[in-house]
Amino acid sequence: MNDMSTIERGAKLSETKVSARGVNVHYGDTHAIKDVNVDISNNNVTAFIGPSGCGKSTFLRCLNRMNDTIDICRVDGAIQLDGQDIYDKRVDPVQLRARVGMVFQKPNPFPKSIYDNVAYGPKIHGLAKSKSDMDDIVERALRRGAIWDEVKDRLHSTGTGLSGGQQQRLCIARAVATEPEVLLMDEPCSALDPIATAQVEELIDELRENFTVVIVTHSMQQAARVSQKTAFFHLGELVEFGETGQIFTKPEDPRTESYITGRIG
Amino acid sequence: MTALPFLLLIAAVMAGYVINRMAAGAIRDRGDRLHSLIGYHGMFSALLILVPVLTFILLWLVLQGPVIDRMVMGGLPDGALDDLDSGATQLVLAEIKSLANGRVFGTPEDWKIAAGERFVQLSNQAAWLLAIAVAVLAVGLLAFARSRVAAEFRARQGVEGIVSGLMIFCSTVAIFTTIGIIVSLTYETIRFLEAVPLTDFLFGTNWEPQIPLREDQVAAEGAFGWLPVIVGTIVITIVALLVAVPIGLFSAIYLNEFAPRRLRSAVKPVLEILAGVPTVVYGFFAILVVAPAIRSFGQSIGIDVAPNTALAAGGVMGIMLIPFISSFADDALSAVPRALRDGALGLGSTRGEMMTTVLFPAALPGIVGGVLLAVSRAIGETMIVVMAAGLIAKMTFNPLDSVTTVTVQIVTLLIGDTSFDNPKTLAAFALGMMLFIVTLIINIFALRIVRKYREAYD
Repeated sequence: MNDMSTIERGAKLSETKVSARGVNVHYGDTHAIKDVNVDISNNNVTAFIGPSGCGKSTFLRCLNRMNDTIDICRVDGAIQLDGQDIYDKRVDPVQLRARVGMVFQKPNPFPKSIYDNVAYGPKIHGLAKSKSDMDDIVERALRRGAIWDEVKDRLHSTGTGLSGGQQQRLCIARAVATEPEVLLMDEPCSALDPIATAQVEELIDELRENFTVVIVTHSMQQAARVSQKTAFFHLGELVEFGETGQIFTKPEDPRTESYITGRIG
Repeated sequence: MTALPFLLLIAAVMAGYVINRMAAGAIRDRGDRLHSLIGYHGMFSALLILVPVLTFILLWLVLQGPVIDRMVMGGLPDGALDDLDSGATQLVLAEIKSLANGRVFGTPEDWKIAAGERFVQLSNQAAWLLAIAVAVLAVGLLAFARSRVAAEFRARQGVEGIVSGLMIFCSTVAIFTTIGIIVSLTYETIRFLEAVPLTDFLFGTNWEPQIPLREDQVAAEGAFGWLPVIVGTIVITIVALLVAVPIGLFSAIYLNEFAPRRLRSAVKPVLEILAGVPTVVYGFFAILVVAPAIRSFGQSIGIDVAPNTALAAGGVMGIMLIPFISSFADDALSAVPRALRDGALGLGSTRGEMMTTVLFPAALPGIVGGVLLAVSRAIGETMIVVMAAGLIAKMTFNPLDSVTTVTVQIVTLLIGDTSFDNPKTLAAFALGMMLFIVTLIINIFALRIVRKYREAYD
């Protein structure tokens, strides 16, 4: 594992896509996220790392308002996407989620055909004008998901019949098919074996070309491999946020250093 | 007296448990390694005694009556039963039994009194015999179980074997009962078909199940065409489903996905109360509230409505079926993994789109299961239709007319004085058989459809 390469890869200098200011999240009486400020820049991979239960997934789910679906969850503070507050009353969470796609921890393809899985988003958002349009969208998404070659001959067999790694890449293709601007990934490799993990990581790096990617991961090596920026969460606080190379080699906060060197976690 | 064998059994079971447990404990205390825990040694003995002895007692009690009857009747003086057919013989036996129980009507003949005394004597002997047999059997099993106790004896496997045998028995009870029902129905149906040709029954459009009671009676020959009856059943079932399926489904969808938690926790129990209302009460509701309402509404817009209508009976039956469908659909929707909901919402679908495109197809088997149960209930429902739908078999698909159903006809054929050797009574069994076949076919079809369209999520 060569951490130094990540420094050379560096972060692209680009404008802020998502910015969060003073975000607090409560689950009932539990204070899950404490006053988090973070700027996620365009066409970069930003990794959220930290021990289990530190709130990184919760914060990720704030970015496309998935926490709205949980009754007892309350989100305060400001989160802006391209300068617009996504918790504004005028913002429809349904449209927001079309702009901010999500890939979940456990592959969750719908029990439909591979084609229908990918076509699901474009269909509900009316992105395709004709059948051949839809075919193109599905093919492009599956190619971007790096799974086209494996499934092109069986687009109409069921998506749940694929292997775990293929299912996850199918889910990524499904999320990509709606042409989101931001792609949120909640530990996308935690249910995959090392080979599938490597494939998905390679894919994440390619997706950076067209999307802003935010990835939550348990694996520090993964964060180091795929991300340009890294945020370290601990007990609901954002402890440190900076370029990945800097976080992994010269962390400023002692807690970050302890986590990275394996003393807490 | 009947309690004695059971008391003996309980005592033997407890003794077996204690003795074997202690014996096993003694082996363990000596320092040997037991294969099974001492509790299993005790359980082994207890079960080994319980199962055979209980079976023996129950079999004895079932067989005791007929055997004593035969012995009493066989011991009657020669010639007492001459010239009597089987019915009259049964009457003599009944009289002897009431004498034995101390109920005397008129002045019975001496030989009947003697037979009554003999009956009492035999019953007492049988009870003592049973107690002795149970005691001997139990002690024998106790000794056998005790002799098996040893360090290497596999008592746990023994217990597991006996328990799994009991479970196999329990799970086959339902199957054997079904087979028994089919056999008895088939037998009576064949007798019916000896009197009425199959084609008349299956394709006849006239249902007038009366037959002359006496030779000299000038009554019309009955007609036994089941079509008007099954058509009535179908009309009422369709009406009931048209009410129950949409209301039940939409209430399940609302409660499952859209309702606030508090409303859900208030509405669900109320829906379940609806399932607990006796059907007679629904019948009152149909006949006193719904039927007059339909009739007066029909009159107000100039349509002639019968006082008893399929619409009233079917509508109320539909209300009765709502909780079946809604609770099955609710369970099926709740069982769809949260990951699929998240997936759909995460792609930017609304809750409605998520429901129709993801949750509903995934929950289809459960939902169809609920609808099937509702269909079976609707076809088999009797009380509401007896009260609200009418008794006259009319070949009509008009829900505003009075119709009758298969179950109602079965009831009317079997109440009152009946004898089981004429087609009128036997027709009830034939109808029951057809009902059974129809529900079976519906079930098979529905399961096929589900298998074709379901989206399996695991």
